[in-house]
This record gives sequence, structure tokens and C-alpha cells, in this order.
Amino acid sequence: MNELVFFINKVVIAGSVIGSIYALGAIGVTLIFGILRFAHFAHGDMMTVGAGLSLVVAVLLSEAGVSTPLPIGFVAMPIAMVLTALLAIGLDRSFYKPLRDAGVRPVVLVMASVGIMLMMQGLVRLLAGSSTRSFFFAERKDIFRIDLPFLEARRSLVITEPQVLLIAFTVVAVVALHFFLTRTRHGKAMRAMSDNADLARITGINTEQVVWMTWIIGGGLAAAGGTLLSLDVTFKPDLSFNIILPIFAAAIVGGIGRPYGAIAGGFLVGFTETLAIFNWSILLRPFDALFPAWLEVPANLAFVPTEYKITIPFFILVAVLVWRPTGLFKGRVL
Amino acid sequence: MMGPAYTLRMVVEATCYAILALGLTIQWGYAGLFNAGIMGFVALGGAMTMLMSFPVNQDFWNSSAPAGLGRVLLIALAGAALVFAASRLHRLGVSRGLRTAVTVIVLAIAYLVFMNALTPVAAEIESTAGFVGGLGLPVGIGWIAGGAVAGLVGYFIGRICLGLRSDYLAIATLGIAEIIKALLKNADWLTRGTLTVSPLPWPVPAPAEIGFVGSRATYLAVTAVLIVAIYILLQRAYHAPWGRMMRAIRDNETAAGSMGKDVNRRRLEIFVLGCILMGIGGAALITFVRIFDPSGFVPLNHTFLVWVMVILGGAGNNLGAIFGALLIYIVWTMSEPATLFAFHLMEQYGRDWFGWQPPADLDSRALQMRVFIIGLTITLVLRYAPRGLMPEPVKHVD
Repeated sequence: MNELVFFINKVVIAGSVIGSIYALGAIGVTLIFGILRFAHFAHGDMMTVGAGLSLVVAVLLSEAGVSTPLPIGFVAMPIAMVLTALLAIGLDRSFYKPLRDAGVRPVVLVMASVGIMLMMQGLVRLLAGSSTRSFFFAERKDIFRIDLPFLEARRSLVITEPQVLLIAFTVVAVVALHFFLTRTRHGKAMRAMSDNADLARITGINTEQVVWMTWIIGGGLAAAGGTLLSLDVTFKPDLSFNIILPIFAAAIVGGIGRPYGAIAGGFLVGFTETLAIFNWSILLRPFDALFPAWLEVPANLAFVPTEYKITIPFFILVAVLVWRPTGLFKGRVL
Repeated sequence: MMGPAYTLRMVVEATCYAILALGLTIQWGYAGLFNAGIMGFVALGGAMTMLMSFPVNQDFWNSSAPAGLGRVLLIALAGAALVFAASRLHRLGVSRGLRTAVTVIVLAIAYLVFMNALTPVAAEIESTAGFVGGLGLPVGIGWIAGGAVAGLVGYFIGRICLGLRSDYLAIATLGIAEIIKALLKNADWLTRGTLTVSPLPWPVPAPAEIGFVGSRATYLAVTAVLIVAIYILLQRAYHAPWGRMMRAIRDNETAAGSMGKDVNRRRLEIFVLGCILMGIGGAALITFVRIFDPSGFVPLNHTFLVWVMVILGGAGNNLGAIFGALLIYIVWTMSEPATLFAFHLMEQYGRDWFGWQPPADLDSRALQMRVFIIGLTITLVLRYAPRGLMPEPVKHVD
């Protein structure tokens, strides 16, 4: 059963990890789309900035002599989430709101977000250089190896501490978001405005407040996603551009404006990615004897070579758009 | 440093960008289409001109690889025919759910067969001949092929995405540009991948024959003639009923549709036209730099810079696009030495006054200031001069 354990390591765990990251980003993208009606291109860079802020706070904490049982980057993350939320509101005040007030078409807001994306990219690389940095500068990354003797497997299940934290955080964040959206006044106002902005305004909902909430949630989750991704691998200043496409794909696949759709879309894209680059012939190996002699299982049965991974989210996107133009959760009609 | 050869190089590259900007300004300015994948069309144009005009690789043609490639092509055609047939199964009374399932399964199997047929041929080409090489045709044919292939790809993108809102189109084109780049970068048998192909032949006598200034000036003449021709054609189209119809669709889609204009078809038309121009502009640019490097295509240089040119110049105004392209490209090129100078000055004073120890990669970091400035330009122009420096003239009929 080594093969099964390999499958769990390479697909179930890796898929959950990358799916969680995409979901955390896609919730922000879909909320901003639902409330403000534009594709926020700078979201990937918001994740990078959030991760960078976490790193700075973590270094400061570590220099102050703080030591924690959890990774120090994870402890620093809430502070970075608050800072990133503030940054998001600041960007909205200084760039998006004036455009909104001038009554421009949504497409101009998209252009503006491209501009902000470039500005953030430039600043991050200016300040952080282009090298990669590990969050584990003062401690070791805990790696759990779980042996599964009852499955007669010699290979052990491998999961790292950041991965456990990431999956746990995503679950907590999703549940919290659910209660926020269904139980609180702000959450209900947010859903109302996402469904029909004009109607929401007539019923006396403070739309500016809803916009603030959107940026706080979007920015906070973006910072968390970026930090957790960097904890799992390393902090890279050019993390953003590779991640924004799957995140958009996740948001659109789930149905734009639908937070639950974004979560589902995130995991769908994450798992499809890992399944597509997974080498299926490993799973077929135990059954080698069963195949007729003329049918030899090729050594590599992956659907997509790893270097083409970036193409997968896009194919999911197109497939879903053709099949179901409003996404899985019946998002906004565009 | 600022000799005539350098200046000419800058101006030639700027004119190539002007062709890209003209392609974008008709998509965005005439029809309001948000194409965020200019890089993909530039890359396609460059790849086609490389494949058409690069000298013939005898090693490849003498090997058994061309026959192998022919077989792969036949497999691809057969697979496409099978998938198409499967997608038509409902005509035979098969239920739609079953048809979709069959189509997906046939597609997956055909794809795996195709990939398994291609892999050994690709490996053979890479080991015996390096890569397929070019066809040794005149450069002009390469440019036309670049435009044609870019237009063809644009057609398929348009068929899928143009019915959707512009944000979707932006995301879709962004993704397609990345896919094109990934394909070109990793298909070593076709493009030599990261090893790059150079020197590409020129449409005019090369610098080795008549010197840098002479050859670059001749090249400039070619691109200038190209721009003037495109400009005249576009102006005529703009003032013709066709251009009026396009603007009507852009300004009020519903009204234009109710007047009997086929909105999606017209959009597709202009999207393809813009993509053709981008393919030609990309081909001209890649030929000029003489090296085909798939990794060298980056969204910043080949998509966003062009966007800044069009927004700053004034969307919907062809002259504005050309002016914006020349201005922005010159500012962009000159900002490299300027930023480096500023940072070295800062480094020097920082060291003298505060004992600041600059990071070792200061130069590469300093260049990121240009990215920041491009971003800032986009946002500021959108806010304070949303119609650009040379806005589209609006005619009022009393």
C-alpha cells in the first residue's frame, strides 16, 4: 500500500494545501467583485505584501526574544492581517473611491487595480529584493511523519506543521465567515448589497461601511493566505503573478459574488492541479500483473507535465464558463 | 552613450510598440474590449517570424523526425475529428448528458494518445537536430504569418470569451498569454526553449553590411511605412460607416443591438483585427532585437507598458496611441539609466552620511522603481486625465 500513501501525500495533502490558499484568496476576490463590481487584479500582490508584513513582524518578535510553541510567522500573522486590511482600506480611499465617486465604468477600476498591482510589485521587490526567504530563521520546521503499519506501508505519511496550521486556519476562517455572513448585521448587509446594490441602498444600508468590511475581510484573508503559503514553502517576492490566475479561476468557477462558491472553486482548482500533474502510473503499479502482456503501463501517465501547471486553472475556467456561464454556485450574470 | 545608433534603436523599438498600441487602441478604444494578453500575441508573432525566416535546419530535415511529426499531426487531426463527432452525438438521438460524458472521455483519450506520440518525436528532434529550425523564407512572410496566427488565436479566444463581461475577457486573455508563453518556453523541439534562437535575419541589410546607423535607419523606414499604412487604413475605417457602427456598439450596446447590429460578431471582428496588428508588431519587435527568447516575454514589458501607452495617449485616437507609444517607450528606456543614477547617488550619500550598507543587488532592485512608476502612471492618468493626453475627438452634430 505504499502507492496509496504516496497518493495521499502527493494529492490529498498537497491538494488541500494549495486549495486552501486559493480559497483564502478567492473569497476576497469574489467579495470585492460582488460588492464593488470589478476584478481586483492586485489581490495576489496583497497576499505577497501580507506575507512580507508577517515576515517583518516575525523578525521583530524574534529579535525581541519572543519564543512560541507555534511557528513565529504564524503568531505574527494576525498583526499582518490587520496591517494588510488597513492597507487595503487606504488603497480604496486613495485610488478606488475617487474613481467610484466619479462614476467611471467598472473596467476603469480594473485598470486602476492593474496599476496598483504594478506599484505593489515594484515596491515589494525594491524592499525585499528578488531572493527567497524562509520564515524559519530561528527555529526548525516541524515535520510529522506518521507511520501506517496497519496498511502494510513502509512509506510514511508526511505533513508539516505549517500545512496542518494552514488547513486548520482555513476551516476556522470559513466557519467564521459563514457565521458572519448569516448571523451578523454587517454580514447580512453585505449579502444584500452583493445581491442588489440599489435595493440595499434604498433600505438604508450604509454602503461605504459595507465596502470597508469587504476590504477588511479581503485584505485579512489575503494576508493570511500569503503568510501560510510562505510558511509552507518560502517567501518569494514574485509569488503573486503565479497565484492570481488560479485565484480568479476559483472565484469564477465557484460563481462570482458567492463566498461559498469561492471556497469550493479554490479546492476544485487546487485538486485538479495536483491530480493533473500526478503520475497515475504509480497507482497502477500494483496491478501490473493483471494487465495483458501487450499493454504496458507507461512510466509516466501524468496528464500535464509539471512545467505546464499554470495552464490548468485556465482550462478549468474556460470549461466551466462554456458549460455553466455563471459558475457552480450560480453567481452573478455578467 | 546617446549616439545616433542608440537613439535609432530606441526609436525603432518605439515604433514596434506603436504598432502594438494601435492594435490595442482599436480593441479598447473602438470597441471597449479589455485585452490583458498582449504578451501572448507578441510571443506568437515572434515565434512565427522565427519559424518562417530562420535558416533551414538540414539535420532536422535529413532525419526521420519530419515524418514522425507528420504522423503526430495526423493523430491530432484524427483526434480532433473524433472529438468533434462525439460533440455532435446528440444529432443521433443520444441524450445531452451522455454526449458530454462521451466527448470528455474521447477528448482525454485522444489527448493522451497525442502526447504519447509527440514525446518520442520531440525527444528525437532535440537529441539529433536541436530544434526544427526555420523555413528560410523572407522576413516579410514571417511577419505576415505572425499576424495571421495571432489573429487565428484571437478568433478562438473571441469565440469563447467575447460574450462575457470585459473583466472576464481580461482574465481569460491574461491566462492565454501565460499559456502561450509556457508552451513556447517548454517546447524545446520547436523553439529551443530557454536556449533561445539567434541571430534572426533582418528584412533590411544587417549592421555587419552597412553599419549600425545605416541598417537601423533602414529598419526604421520599414516600420515607419508600416505604421503610416496601418494608420491610414484605421483612419479610413474609423470615419467609414464601419467605425461609426463600432463606436455605437461601444457607447450603447443595447441600442446598437436593437438597431439590428450583430454586436458579438462585430466585436469578434475588431478583436481579431487588433490581434493581427499585435502579432505583426510583436514579429517586428522580435526580428529587430534579433533573438527569440521565450522567457523574455513578460507581462510588464509586453502587456502593461502597451496599456500605459494607450491610456496616456488617449484611447480611441490612433494618433494618440502612436504618440503615447513613442513618449512612454522613450521615457521607459531612459528611466533605466536615470533610476540607476539616482540609486547610486543615494547609495553614495547614504554611505557617506549614515554609514548605510546597501544590499548587493541594489541595481536589480533599483530597476523595480520603473515598475512602480508605470503603475503610478496608470492610476494617476486614470484619475486625473481619464481620456488621455490626446482624447478621442467627439463630433457634435447640431
